[in-house]
Order: sequence, then C-alpha cells, then structure tokens
Amino acid sequence: MAANMKVKERVAKKQTLCGALMLIEALKAENVKVIFGYPGGAVLPIYDKLYESGVFHVLTRHEQGAIHAAEGYARISGKPGVVIATSGPGATNIVTGLTDAMMDSIPLVVFTGQVASSVIGSDAFQEADVLGITMPITKHSYQVRDIHELPKIIKEAFHIATTGRPGPVLIDIPKDMAVAEAEFDYEQDVQLPGYQPTTKPNHLQIRKLVEAVSQAKRPVILAGAGVLHANAHEQLKQYAEQQNIPVIHTLLGLGGFPADHPLFLGMAGMHGTYTANMALYECDLLINVGARFDDRVTGNLAHFAPKATVAHIDIDPAEIGKNVPTKIPIVGDAKEALIQLIEQNGKRPDVSEWLNKLNEWKREYPLMYKREPGVLKPQRLIEMIHEYTNGEAVVTTDVGQHQMWVAQYYKFKQPHRWVTSGGLGTMGFGLPAAIGAQLAQPEATVVSIVGDGGFQMTLQELSVIQELNLPIKIVIVNNQALGMVRQWQEIFYEKRYSHSLIPNQPDFVRLAEAYGMKAMRATTEEEAEYVLKEAFATNAPVLLDFHVCPGENVYPMVAPGKGLHEMVGVKW
Amino acid sequence: MVKRIITMTVNNRPGVLNRITGLFTKRHYNIESITVGHTEAEGISRMTFVVNVDDERIAEQITKQLNKQIDVLKVVDITDQAIIVRELALIKVAVTPATRGEIYTLIEPFRAAIVDVARDSLVVQVTGEPEKIDALIDLLKPYGLKEVARTGTTAFPRGSQRASSTNKSLFII
Repeated sequence: MAANMKVKERVAKKQTLCGALMLIEALKAENVKVIFGYPGGAVLPIYDKLYESGVFHVLTRHEQGAIHAAEGYARISGKPGVVIATSGPGATNIVTGLTDAMMDSIPLVVFTGQVASSVIGSDAFQEADVLGITMPITKHSYQVRDIHELPKIIKEAFHIATTGRPGPVLIDIPKDMAVAEAEFDYEQDVQLPGYQPTTKPNHLQIRKLVEAVSQAKRPVILAGAGVLHANAHEQLKQYAEQQNIPVIHTLLGLGGFPADHPLFLGMAGMHGTYTANMALYECDLLINVGARFDDRVTGNLAHFAPKATVAHIDIDPAEIGKNVPTKIPIVGDAKEALIQLIEQNGKRPDVSEWLNKLNEWKREYPLMYKREPGVLKPQRLIEMIHEYTNGEAVVTTDVGQHQMWVAQYYKFKQPHRWVTSGGLGTMGFGLPAAIGAQLAQPEATVVSIVGDGGFQMTLQELSVIQELNLPIKIVIVNNQALGMVRQWQEIFYEKRYSHSLIPNQPDFVRLAEAYGMKAMRATTEEEAEYVLKEAFATNAPVLLDFHVCPGENVYPMVAPGKGLHEMVGVKW
Repeated sequence: MVKRIITMTVNNRPGVLNRITGLFTKRHYNIESITVGHTEAEGISRMTFVVNVDDERIAEQITKQLNKQIDVLKVVDITDQAIIVRELALIKVAVTPATRGEIYTLIEPFRAAIVDVARDSLVVQVTGEPEKIDALIDLLKPYGLKEVARTGTTAFPRGSQRASSTNKSLFII
C-alpha cells in the first residue's frame, strides 16, 4: 500500500526517469501482476531496473515458453500478457507466439530489446529487423526512436492490445533508449484517430436480424471466441433461451455456452459433432457471433450453409463477408449486440420441428468410440479427467488428436477454462500456456493435456513449473506418434507413415523426475483411474504419461475439400 | 480482373509503407502502382493504390484490411466516384535530325513538353490519365524508346460529385 502511494506520487510529479524505469512504472500503472521473459545483452539495462522493482517476473527457459505462458495468462485472466525478450534470437524466438496470438486474438504487449540506435542497420551482434519480421503478425508495433515518446507508446500499446479485436502489440526498445532519460507522464489520454473500433452495433441491422429470426424455421447460432473476449456468455445463454435457438461452438468458443445445455449441439467443423455440422448445412438462418468462419469450421465453402441467410456479429468489420457472403452484417461488440437483441425481445420463431430433428440427430449420432479391455482409449482418458475435475478445470492443449479429443469429450460448462492454439495450431503451446493460466488463477485446477510430440517442443518449461511449485497436472496422451499426421497418412496417403511414428520416446516419467517432479505412468484404464486419483489429490505438479491405444483416430471427420454434410466416421 | 483505385491518408511514421505493402503481399493482392506524398496537413501522407482484383468482394476486403491498420486514417475506394486521375511519365526517345521535328508535332495534342534535348535523344514529359500516357508511348515506340519512367497513378475526388462515373470519359485528356 505504502509502495503504491509512492508510485502514485512519483507519477503525479512527472519525474524524470530512464527508459527502463519508465517501462516498470508503466507496467505498475497498467496493474500488470506478472511478466514473462528472458534476459540478454540488449535488455540488460531493463533487467537491471527489474532487479529490485518488485515486478513479478517469471524466467521461462526459452522465449517461446515466455510468450505462450503470457498467452495462457491472457486467456484466463482477460488481461494482456506481458513479455520481455532480448534482441536478435530472443526476439525471433517469440515469432511463433506472436503469430499464435494474432490468429487467436489474444492481447499481448511484448517488449523486445534492440541493439543501440547508433548501430541499427549495421548487422550488429544480435541485431535482427524485428519490426520488419513481426509486422504481419502483430496488431501494431513500435520502435522507440525518441525517449520522450516511450510513455505514450506503452500507453497506446496497452490500449490497442486490449480494445477492439484484441491482439499482440510489440515495442522494440534500442539499448540506449533504456538508459536515456525524459519526463515520465503516463496520465495523458490515448489519441489514435486511425483506430476507433466500432463497439455499438447499428440499430437498423439489429432490427433486420430480429425480423429474420421471427421468420426463421431452422435458425442456429454459431458462437466463437468473440463471445468470450466480450465476456458475453451470460447474454448468449439468455438470448438463445429467449428465442429458443440452438447453439454451436467453434473450437475456440467452447465454454461460452454450457455443454450440458439442451440447446447445445456441440462443436462444428472438421471434427465437430454430426448434429452441429448437419445443423449448419440445413439451417435457414445462421447467426454467427464472434467467429471468423475459419476453413476448419466451414469445410468446403461451396457447400457451407447453402440454405441459410447469414447474419454475422463481429467487432472486426474485415471478418464480415471475408469467407461467407453475409446478408445481415453487424459490426460491434458481441455483448452489446446480444444485449440489444435481448432487449428487442422479438417474436420467437416456431422451431419445434427443427429442435425435434436436432434432438433425433443427437440421439442417433452421438460422439462415439469403442472401449476395449486392457487398452486405454484416449477418449476415455479425457472423459475420466472430466469426471475427476467435475468439468471445471482449466485445460490447456497443443494441437492435434489430443486437442480434438479434449474439445469433443471435455464438456466445458464454464467460460474461460479452455486454452488452446486454434488458428495457428502450435505444437508446444499447451505446457507453457498452463504456467500462465495457473498464475492467472492460482486456485484453479489446471490440467495441461499434450501429445508426446508437442510436449517435447517446450518441455524445458517443466523446470519453471517445478520451481514455482505450480500444481499443474501434465497429461501426456502418448501414442508414440505425431497422431494427427499419422491419421492423415493412414487415410489420405495409403498408410505411408512418413516420419510420424516415434516408437523410441524417452521415459517421460524419469524425465520429469530429473526435474524433481512427481510422475506416474498408466497403460490401462485401471491404472489410469489410479494415477489420476493420486495426481488430483496432490497439491503439487504431477506429470502423467498415459500410453494410449496408438492407432486411434479422431472421428467423425470432414475430409479436406468436403462439405460439412459429407462427414465420415459418424457410425460404426 | 477489375482495376480499383484506392486512396488513403496515413500517419507519416516509419514503417507505414512497409506495413501496407506487406499487407498486400500477405493477402495476395496485386498492386499495379503506388504513389505516396505529403498532404496539406503536417505529418499526414496520402497514398494512392491501383490494384487489380478478381471481384468486388476482394476490393471490399482490401479497404477493410487497410482500415484496420492503426496508422491508416482514412481509406476510400474512389473508382466509382467523379475523380481526377493523373500520372506523370518521362519518355526518352531516340531521334535523328529527320525525326526530331516530327516528334515535336506528334506530342503537341498531348500537351506534353520536351524537357531535355541531346544529339540523339529527347526527353518528353507528359501528364494525364494512364490511358493517355499509354497512347503517347505507343506513338513514340516506332522511333525507339530508350527509357521510360512512370510515376504511377495518383487520384483525387473532384470538388463536386454531382456527376457520377458516367461522365468520367470526358476527363480523359
């Protein structure tokens, strides 16, 4: 408290500070609780000031770990994740994370060191054109050329990262700028005439949608991550119930609508449920709320929602009409749009026949897999984790088969519990993301479910988990293969398993033990029961290596180039 | 393919041009020409793009994507407005004593000027709509073109928008 007062006084006095201290004061003013980073030559002046700043800094073991941890933190806390990396290799190591955050609209403020202004452009030691490299993968970026501008730049960066459609903003700080001094004034207003996101939806378009809903026979809502970014889950439920419209989620939207709700049809897309995909094919009114019609959701666009009038609510006008022709465009915040729709309280459409059909499909074509004695099915494993955590855990994943099984079988009841790499599909995302997620919600049960392939891309972060004693449960769905690649090779490449089988994986249990972490292995359902029970009773990190049935595939499936109605693997 | 003329005002900050041309590359849009220069307001530049797109939907996407850039203040696709479209070209054409006079007569209706004279060449400067410049270049080609430099299109909505695109052809020369 006293320290806080001191900061306020200093800020009010517009003290002269060096760049490094400006950064630290700005972080405090933005109420940043944790930053993720890795030191190096160009950021030494910043790290020197961090030393006794009181800012909680997590030293990951690789910059990629830092940025994925920041993404996990942002996803769960709803606040921007903050990253510091040094120039050159430090900065290039965060490129994957920046792209991931850009694709999935995750707010990040990323500081990179840069060589001194005087040598920029001379191919100096650890120099990289970070601004040039990251331009297409950031929402915006800055290089500090005048120390007087730094407070304004940081303030703008936080504003841009967190408003409108969220995204990563990068600030490149030459080494001399960290030591140069100027007056620190953080009270100024952000003025960006070129950046005025529309949040209030157009009333006329809202009325058009209300009219379309009242006439609809087979309406459906496709809800994406925009619902979660806008914190509009309550309104989504209220609106769906008011109008009696069934809801489908995209991969990233999961949790926005309770999975156990009778109006929920499941996830759409390549590995979505039969009911969700057929509903998209058969519907006459499709209301997209905060989803971007990704190709993994739509399948072949020529066959996508062929009978539907499309309405699209999105904060980003460029997403509307990008992939799917849209009759009713609504630019705005999902929450504000849904509130307006609820207030309109339009005529409820007659959907009894439609709901009957959907319920019949749900009964007839549920998600399914075959349980076999003595074998641990990955789907069963996810169901067991769901049971042990009561469907309330924060779950992080990488990309691939395990990710799809979690999306299918971990029935998310609540929002902001699901952290996965959707758009970019980044292997190695899940483990570091869990660090950020756990720090954002220290009380939550965090389960990081990863594949044996992706785990090995960022496993060095076990060290951080152990050091901070974060009680994360790490679940390796180990099929001794790059499962999704193997599955595609089986189906589309005549079982030519080119470089996708890894029979000689290391002993993950002993590996975790080398990091000082408790670890167990299970190869059958019975063993899985035992180790899960033990792991969830432990208030410390635990790594669990589950040897699952290696040849298992993710079904149902829409093959690439096919329409959603052409799913395979729906029934045995 | 449809040709669209898009003009925009941007903050004159380092990297802005890079961000915008990068966006065109990333989204696979073909740029035919770009011009950039200062405006009447300090710190604000105007850019004019001519792009070739498959259809209106892509043209709309381009303006939307450009609008998302923080340093882009205003984007307008002015193709269908009453506009003034101009380009400047410098054309170095080979001459002999016999053809020199001929070229002087030939360029006159184009209101072009001779801005450099050498023993065996002339430099012709011409401004106007790109079609007019094409036409002059075509006429000069038989004499032997040594070098051509074109600025690319810059464009501007007319002060009065009473007339729609139908009378655009009146303004060609």
